[in-house]
Amino acid sequence: MLQKMYNFIDERLDITPLWRDVADHEVPEHVNPAYHFSAFVYCFGGLTFFTIVIQILSGMFLTMYYVPDINNAWDSVYYLQNQVAYGVIVRGMHHWGASVTIVMVFLHTLRVFFTGAYKKPRELNWVVGVLLFFVILGLGFTGYLLPWDMKALFATKVGLQIAESFPFIGDWIKLLLQGSDIVGAQTLARFFAIHVFFLPALLMGLMAAHFLMIRRQGISGPL
Amino acid sequence: MSNKEHDVTRRQFLNYTLMGVGGFMAAGMLAPMVRFAIDPLLREEKGSKMVDVMAIKEITTEPQRQTFSVDKVDGWHKFKEQKIAYIFKKDNGEIMALSPVCTHLGCTVAWNDDPAHPNQFHCPCHGGRYTKDGKNIPGTPPPAPLSVYDMQVKDGRLYLGDAKPRGGA
Repeated sequence: MLQKMYNFIDERLDITPLWRDVADHEVPEHVNPAYHFSAFVYCFGGLTFFTIVIQILSGMFLTMYYVPDINNAWDSVYYLQNQVAYGVIVRGMHHWGASVTIVMVFLHTLRVFFTGAYKKPRELNWVVGVLLFFVILGLGFTGYLLPWDMKALFATKVGLQIAESFPFIGDWIKLLLQGSDIVGAQTLARFFAIHVFFLPALLMGLMAAHFLMIRRQGISGPL
Repeated sequence: MSNKEHDVTRRQFLNYTLMGVGGFMAAGMLAPMVRFAIDPLLREEKGSKMVDVMAIKEITTEPQRQTFSVDKVDGWHKFKEQKIAYIFKKDNGEIMALSPVCTHLGCTVAWNDDPAHPNQFHCPCHGGRYTKDGKNIPGTPPPAPLSVYDMQVKDGRLYLGDAKPRGGA
């Protein structure tokens, strides 16, 4: 049945070369945990991608109930967590997954650093990777405000004070992020927009660049 | 043993195993999210609570306009919905409470406010008219009679619930 459906499409659109090109690539022995168990350190990049997929999916579903407004944000989170079926699990996936993503990114960075995989000709991919790291930190920072509880509010105040301490243009950065003279209605709307539209768009673009480069250059050699 | 003795090749076996495990993992991830999203479909519908509207002895054969408010819960938003009922006794003594929402396009009808057609419900928007017991008058726009409130009489007082549409023309 599936095979027939596939053949029907393939006959007309010749899709086999498309996915073959994506799927067929060399996986050298030194990165395959089946040969050397210690090669599991090479999994952290893929695990980062996996957790990001979970974040995007669970985040999309959360926005079905979440409202980025100071009067309703907390209540909508409380409602989706306590009244909606599996709300605890979906919010839990997004909440804990955020931390797991940061940990996986960090471990992936350590692996790349200590295996020297960032060296020529892969310097550009390292740069894109560092940008990805910043985007993910930005997602963590903006997402932290959205539940609109006391922890969110004060964590954001601290974060904005750090931004404010930047030499010369600190005041402007803070005002740009805060959108107002207090952490309030405009801050919440702004952080929501950054968290669900701007940064994810940037994240996907950078990930595409990251993956294209690794496919172009191949996996770096063994130590 | 060679492959000839088996119906399933190594390639097929690995394919099935990988697809099975992958599908299981994907389902485990997606199932809570899908259930989360379709939650409104699986909620039991709760009718609104009956609300005390007026004393039975004040009800006359002339429809009286009564307003009352119903507590509504919309997710995390709680509010009072204002409702209107026209309440009267029918000739046989039965109490009737009509919703003034016109069945044509939802304007609010009023009792006996059109001098050309006394003792009828009249809709200001497109001139829809209804008899006293809410039957739409043929030749006017409304396609159905006015909805009737669920009612309950307790301790000499009239309680109203949801307005239910009546079929027919």
